[in-house]
Amino acid sequence: MIEAVIFYISAAVMIVSSLMIALSRNIVHAATWLLGTLGSAALLYFLLAANLLAVVQIIVYAGGILILIVFGVMLTARNPYMRFQPKRGEVLMATLVALVIFASIAGLSLSHAWAVLPDGAAGQPARIAPVRDIGVALLTDYLVPFEVSSVLLLAVMVGAAYLARPEKR
Amino acid sequence: MFEIGVEHYLFVSAFVFAMGILVMATKRNAIGILLGAELVLNAANINFVAFGRYRVGGLDGAIAAMFVIVLAAAEAAIALAIFLNFYNNYATIDVDQADTTRG
Repeated sequence: MIEAVIFYISAAVMIVSSLMIALSRNIVHAATWLLGTLGSAALLYFLLAANLLAVVQIIVYAGGILILIVFGVMLTARNPYMRFQPKRGEVLMATLVALVIFASIAGLSLSHAWAVLPDGAAGQPARIAPVRDIGVALLTDYLVPFEVSSVLLLAVMVGAAYLARPEKR
Repeated sequence: MFEIGVEHYLFVSAFVFAMGILVMATKRNAIGILLGAELVLNAANINFVAFGRYRVGGLDGAIAAMFVIVLAAAEAAIALAIFLNFYNNYATIDVDQADTTRG
């Protein structure tokens, strides 16, 4: 019961804020609405018994990526409230495509009878994995993607510093 | 109605995914396109965790979602570096102005 209430509240926040990102023509407002989407996604992770993931979502997304995006807005706009109007035909076409995608995915996922795990059946509390298990899994079963992502982060750091370097005089 | 199953999460993530596609297609500000990409990645993440909780079990879903978050952070950093370079060259962030190589 309490799970359903929390789910519906965070789902409503998520749907409204992602809709407002699409509707707002001002990039600062869109970035602010993104905070609602990311926060309600963290709530959904808590409901899905992925506690560490919810905390990582808040730290990395709300603390890192959102700040980066706001910095990008401030660095690339002479006037932060400037707006670019897309063409009317483009908006119509894109809305049609988004509606078709949403209707097909949502219809498929609602019409299919998903077989669930015996202990993961709806209405029963899930087992919350301790953080220690996640750390052990990252360094044993998932060691290769873990190391690959560390190399990726190094490449991204070098690449971002190279791309954003000041112009040579 | 009060039993939350995997299909509830799939419905929410389908909506967020469609909104991400819409944002990527309609925003002319390059940073708006980055916001749309973040929405799409979040929708995929919710699917990963929901399937991991209800159908797969174990830690697979949560760890896949964690790697997606790492990729999203890397993608945002590189995309913003590219946008700053674009702004230096074109003095605007409107992606429709980037038509130098149009045939």
